[in-house]
Amino acid sequence: MSEMAAHGAHKHPPGFAHQFEDMAQQKEASTLGMWAFLVTEILFFGGMFTAYTIYRELHFESFVTGSHLLEVKFGATNTYVLICSSLTMALAIRSAQTGKRKGQIIFWLILTMILGALFLGLKLRFEWYRDYVDGIVPGISWAYNGPHAPGVQMFMCFYFFMTGVHALHMVAGLGILTVLVIMTARNKFSPEYYAPLEISGLYWHFVDIVWIFLFALLYLIGGRY
Amino acid sequence: MSTATADIHDRPAESRVNYLNASYGIKSWLLTTDHKRIGLLYLGTITFMFLIGGTAAALMRLQLIEPQGALLEPETYNKMFSTHGIVMVFFFLVPSIPATLGNFLIPIMIGARDVAFPKLNLMSWYLFITGCAFALVAILSGGVDTGWTFYPPYSSLYSHTPVVVMALGIFIAGFSSILTGLNFVVTIHKMRAPGMTWFRLPLFIWALYATSLIFILGTPVIAITLFLLGLERLLHVGIFDPAIGGDPLLFQHLFWFYSHPAVYIMILPSMGVVSELITAFSRKKIFGYSFVAFSSLAIAVISFVVWGHHMFVTGQSIYAGLVFSVLSFLVAIPSAVKVFNWTATLYKGSISYQAPMLYALGFIGLFTMGGLTGLFLASLATDVHVNGTYFVVAHFHYIMVGGALMGYLGGIHFWWPKITGRMYPDMWARVSAVIVFVGFNLTFFPQFVVGYLGMPRRYAVYPAEFQVLNVMSSAGASVLAVGYIIPLVYLTWSMRYGAEAGRNPWGAAGLEWTTPSPPPTENFEVAPIVTEDAYNYPIKQPRDYPNAPGVAHV
Amino acid sequence: MIPIQPPAASSIAEGVDKLYYLLTGITLFFTVLIFSIIFYFMVKYRRRSEDEVAPETHTSMVLELTWTIIPSLICVVLFVWASALYVRNSRPPTASTEIFVIGKQWMWHIQHPEGPREIDELHVPVGVPVKVTMTSQDVIHDFYIPAFRVKKDVLPGRYTSLWFQPTETGTFHLFCAQYCGTSHSQMIGWVYVMEPKDYANWLAGGEKTESMAQQGERLFTQFGCDSCHVSDGTGRGPSLAGVYGKPEQLAGGETRVVDESLIRQAILVPNSVHVPGRQPIMPTYQGQLNEEQMLQLIAYVKSLGSQERNRK
Repeated sequence: MSEMAAHGAHKHPPGFAHQFEDMAQQKEASTLGMWAFLVTEILFFGGMFTAYTIYRELHFESFVTGSHLLEVKFGATNTYVLICSSLTMALAIRSAQTGKRKGQIIFWLILTMILGALFLGLKLRFEWYRDYVDGIVPGISWAYNGPHAPGVQMFMCFYFFMTGVHALHMVAGLGILTVLVIMTARNKFSPEYYAPLEISGLYWHFVDIVWIFLFALLYLIGGRY
Repeated sequence: MSTATADIHDRPAESRVNYLNASYGIKSWLLTTDHKRIGLLYLGTITFMFLIGGTAAALMRLQLIEPQGALLEPETYNKMFSTHGIVMVFFFLVPSIPATLGNFLIPIMIGARDVAFPKLNLMSWYLFITGCAFALVAILSGGVDTGWTFYPPYSSLYSHTPVVVMALGIFIAGFSSILTGLNFVVTIHKMRAPGMTWFRLPLFIWALYATSLIFILGTPVIAITLFLLGLERLLHVGIFDPAIGGDPLLFQHLFWFYSHPAVYIMILPSMGVVSELITAFSRKKIFGYSFVAFSSLAIAVISFVVWGHHMFVTGQSIYAGLVFSVLSFLVAIPSAVKVFNWTATLYKGSISYQAPMLYALGFIGLFTMGGLTGLFLASLATDVHVNGTYFVVAHFHYIMVGGALMGYLGGIHFWWPKITGRMYPDMWARVSAVIVFVGFNLTFFPQFVVGYLGMPRRYAVYPAEFQVLNVMSSAGASVLAVGYIIPLVYLTWSMRYGAEAGRNPWGAAGLEWTTPSPPPTENFEVAPIVTEDAYNYPIKQPRDYPNAPGVAHV
Repeated sequence: MIPIQPPAASSIAEGVDKLYYLLTGITLFFTVLIFSIIFYFMVKYRRRSEDEVAPETHTSMVLELTWTIIPSLICVVLFVWASALYVRNSRPPTASTEIFVIGKQWMWHIQHPEGPREIDELHVPVGVPVKVTMTSQDVIHDFYIPAFRVKKDVLPGRYTSLWFQPTETGTFHLFCAQYCGTSHSQMIGWVYVMEPKDYANWLAGGEKTESMAQQGERLFTQFGCDSCHVSDGTGRGPSLAGVYGKPEQLAGGETRVVDESLIRQAILVPNSVHVPGRQPIMPTYQGQLNEEQMLQLIAYVKSLGSQERNRK
């Protein structure tokens, strides 16, 4: 009742949700919500990072041997790809913020998706598939005969579990980006309202940062060359 | 208040538009984003799960009447105690108050129209019932026999039961509770009505805020732990496997890192309810408001650093034992502070004894006992003897059933008129509360004794010398069951035939009592502006429980 | 007559029971206190009329501090008492008889160093401290003797231990106290505490068996250990004479006492514990020895402790 009478007085931009009093409250709430969600993600990955830290301490030699089975060049390339995708994501948000046409926003979003898909493709084809052929995938294809076999198998468990969960988060991110592309195409965003882009950006950057830690902790143990 | 409002609440509930009759049809319920309807959807689901968990318990107590087992093969008994624990912890107690009463009341108590993310709220419910569905599939295909604790290597490499399906169900339900916690935290931070400062919030809100912090920080860890366990089961190799240098105790650390704070998820909301009930039924401001509020936060924080007390006999170092022991003693203090403040609230109060108050008083007594028996477990030297015995079982049932469940029932009875617009027959409710209290003590007190005598837990058969105490416990359980069934009957009856409740049948303070029963979809006819502290008795609106034939005027 | 405690049949049982009674007393005291106060208030302050107004009572910092500090002090006392008792109860006296236990689904294999084996039964002499070293062949179990007030988890892949000194002869329950599968509740047995001479007779009677150390010596030869671990130190591996129970510096810098766990680790993951000055070339015996053989080998190495150390 009060809303209808006031509709002439307040302008409700597209995307306003009526449980809120105004856009400012909505923006604050959604931002706080996304940060809270990222905290849960830190705890989620944190369980695996904790286990990793403990076993690395107990079985350091095995972890060095296992880490040397991974190819740094693919890990590094993928790190670079993801960092670029964070840049393109930020540019998509910037485009919305500065009122560019929707085509430009969509361009950056799609570029982000391409880079994300590239990350997954490189991982699948040049890392995981090759590991499968080489017989260093625990539980699925294990034919390792080198030194420290039990510990190397433990390391490879961590490698696949951690990068696997990360990849699932990337896939979810691609899904979110698809939704954002559709929303942009439907003219939902403007300089007054682009919060969904911004908070999705937070998620995407988070997934990127997790990868940077994974790269350092999985690929670079014990030094190289 | 003007005479115009007298018209509004003199009109019978059905003819007034409220959240229950604003729209009809199954789609309007299954696609609702109204936090009040979502609370009711949860209420139905968790009541169903409670009946499943309760049936498992009944079968267990029947089995234990005979030392060599009266009813079940050991393999089946093992599945019963596992099902009972899993269903009661993950699918009943953890969601109980937060998802039903929390969902219903939080926006109203803070003066908001809904939660921050109503669609996410509905998704939480769908995630929850999906989790329940997986659990039911696991139960119907035989059930797991790992205990609710899922310790490897048994659960990862030895058990022949649907562990992965059950773990998946818990994982999905866990995700539901994370989103609920997130929703509540954002709602409480950002959507309080004008004038509703933090220190004017009802203590129920403080309790649920603290609970939501645990939801957010703790639940992801059980999620990843069960995920890793599931992978180990599927791949026959994993990070807890001793054959590749893994440590089964690492699972226990990760498991209890969540599961200890989880027990505070189960008790804090109940404590919040008790704070509301004690003040409402003594018509008095709570004694020590900020102490009670901060004690909820203290419990939430300290709860994260005591998990090792579940592992005192695993062979962990003495120093780890000492650290976890001292912290476990520390976590008892804020709970004690609450009990003393509740008791002091009663001093010079104007006390009445309707059913909700009986549940609240029962809570205080049983929680005090249960909490104090926790000291036996925090004490290293005694814990060595009683860990893994029925002493522990008795301790946690005093807290979870004597505490959490009684608080839940008290809350349901207190806010029932607000939720449904109807009153239930108070005499039956009071009788049930007493039956529950008596039945509960008969069931669980003997378990302290038989535990110290040495009877281990999770035993399908036991030495004959423990029979007398087991029979006492099983007899008590049958009384307890009656105490739970009676409310199902009269509460259901009241939805159709109960006397109509007005806005404020108890004469209690709080924003929820200023709005019609049942509330309109937007919660308030006029957006509230708060100018007073919580529990500002005597309240200005008069109590308005209308006389109705056949209902005691209380 | 329902008993409220099991027999107190070990040197620590009385101390644990005393603490238990103190805790029970505190629990009863506060329960009765709260119940009585609440009951009193319930009656005295019951609502007498609908218009009754409760007077305002103001928060009292004194009260809040009192009922925070007093419980805290009680907790400190309990913590100190319980911890001191626990620490004392955790340290086995040095001259303890040793027993070895292997838990497996769903029975207890008990091995006396002198040779006799038992299943689900444990014979021990009264008045003598006994140290029990345990491992599991499969899942986690827990060795629990209520009458002695002792309990410890039994884990796969490592050794845990507990100790007790029986103070009365008799027969006492042995339970598994960590859920381990189908027959967890049937993984129970008996502890027979005997007078020392009866125990000696029991040990000597029955089938003639080799001691664990003798069986270990046979394994030491059978698996070729003696080809490298020559007793005069001239082999590729270090001599093991007299190493047990002493600290040993390992390659990598750390110093560890040679105990059951270290020997086990050396046999299964040799290159994690090799000594400086020796090549890390010992092969692993993972998968070749069962838990019983492992304990026999360890018993043999222990028995070398009494020999003269002769290293070059």
